[in-house]
Amino acid sequence: MPPTESDEVGPGGVGGRPSSESTDTEPESPTPKDSGDDAVPKGEGVSTEKGDAAAAPLPRGEAPGIRFEKVIKRFGHNVVLRELDFTVGPGERVTLIGPSGSGKTTILRLLMTLEKLDEGLIWIGDETLWHMERGGKRVPANQKHLHEMRKQVGMVFQQFNLFPNMNVLRNLTEGPVRVLGLSRDEAVERAKGLLDLVGLGDKIDSHPSQLSGGQQQRVAIARALAMQPRVLLLDEVTSALDPELVVGVQDLLRDIARQSDLTLLCVTHEMTFAKDISDRVLMFDGGQIVEEGPPDQIFGEPSEQRTRDFLQAVLAS
Amino acid sequence: MADVLDSYNQWLDGAWLTIQLTIFGGAVALVLALVFGLAGTSRHAWVRVLNRVYVEFFRGNATLVLLYWFFYALPLVGLRFTTMFAAILALGLNVGAYGAEVVRGSINAVPKAQFEATVALNFTPYQRMRRVLLPQGFALMLPPFGNLIIELMKGTAIVSLVGLVDLTRVSKNIQGSTGETVAAFTVVLVLYFVIAQVLQLFVRYAERRVDRMLGRRMPTEPSLGTIAAGAPGAGVGG
Repeated sequence: MPPTESDEVGPGGVGGRPSSESTDTEPESPTPKDSGDDAVPKGEGVSTEKGDAAAAPLPRGEAPGIRFEKVIKRFGHNVVLRELDFTVGPGERVTLIGPSGSGKTTILRLLMTLEKLDEGLIWIGDETLWHMERGGKRVPANQKHLHEMRKQVGMVFQQFNLFPNMNVLRNLTEGPVRVLGLSRDEAVERAKGLLDLVGLGDKIDSHPSQLSGGQQQRVAIARALAMQPRVLLLDEVTSALDPELVVGVQDLLRDIARQSDLTLLCVTHEMTFAKDISDRVLMFDGGQIVEEGPPDQIFGEPSEQRTRDFLQAVLAS
Repeated sequence: MADVLDSYNQWLDGAWLTIQLTIFGGAVALVLALVFGLAGTSRHAWVRVLNRVYVEFFRGNATLVLLYWFFYALPLVGLRFTTMFAAILALGLNVGAYGAEVVRGSINAVPKAQFEATVALNFTPYQRMRRVLLPQGFALMLPPFGNLIIELMKGTAIVSLVGLVDLTRVSKNIQGSTGETVAAFTVVLVLYFVIAQVLQLFVRYAERRVDRMLGRRMPTEPSLGTIAAGAPGAGVGG
């Protein structure tokens, strides 16, 4: 499978990224149950699944890889990311764990252009997010470049961030209509499909304030997917939910992850969720990667003391 | 008292002029408040400077002095307005400066998370403002706008000093012609109060509408009584 995948992604994904790195991590990662599920959405299975795609309009097709190259991010004197290097393969699902302040969320926010990059390069596919070519030189990106690059990325926030001045339907159609240029009918159709997918087809005319936290987060997930991103960023998406609502949202995300071939970056404190959803886990501390590996290894037999301490502290809570 | 009330035609004309000045002055003020208030939220420093210059200059001057300037001074340098236009401009420019600060503050008070959501959905800067920040900021603007429109309405009394026959001028005229000082000034007191209350009702109604848009209230038409009683407070996030 890995060779076909990288062939497919070839023009978009491999160019700026040493292909050995990404394909190295892929074959190692699948857990027994994952590899079975993966066979369907990834690679050549895509075209045969079109029937389902209409019912569940999840993004399919070439997802770009992501690569951080000596990325530095400071907030004042506080250095949050120190020359961080890491790669996420096309369609790979990676979970970032680590103590708070370790820079996990900052990584997602840099990818969503919510924070400015201080130094280094961030590649999405074979293009740099924060830099563009001009006259053969690499210069800081302008608004237009950022706008183009953001088309590939979607994000779900801890606090949902639905627009309170719009009902559920308009929350889902506003972006597709205004930004992607879809007709209103197309956008409504897409919104309906996604609301069915997240199990809220009957809430289409509701107002966000009439929904529970779990429902709001489902709408937020649908809203992000309506923009058909290739990379989806999940920033502690269940942290703000009441305990009894957490599992439902996690199950939904797990289904979405399995049925789509999005490149997924996930920050979470829910270790079982991390284990379920990811191909690979990165353990962060002090703005650098302490340890990485498939979830079974990180959660089962972590080699670093800091990882063991962190997992112990999280599981104790 | 009967003499005072007999001249109701004059009262009505005066009230009408006061109302006209309030409406047109308010319209000018609203446009200026939005333009310069939004300028104050700009990423570009030179645009924010425009906001500062406008606000500080027109907030820092007496409306009456502005009016004198438009009425007496500008004609001398060749710019001639009707008295009415000069009055509307003076009132609008002055109240617009306060309004610009209200707009700027309200936009800045919309939670940062809303802005971040618009970035995540790849909205252009214009779309962020037009579709999300301004509609939500508008909810925060309404109560202070209510203050300002009533301030403006009361401020129209200065036009009596440049020869326009507004409510204040009418009360003075009638006091002079009838000699009933207490009655004349009581009537004008009541009339200003009534106009202020009507303005207040409009603002309350607008607040209700915006609350419903933000989902803070169930979609039922409120009665006039509940509008007058006012809305319970709530933040934008709610």
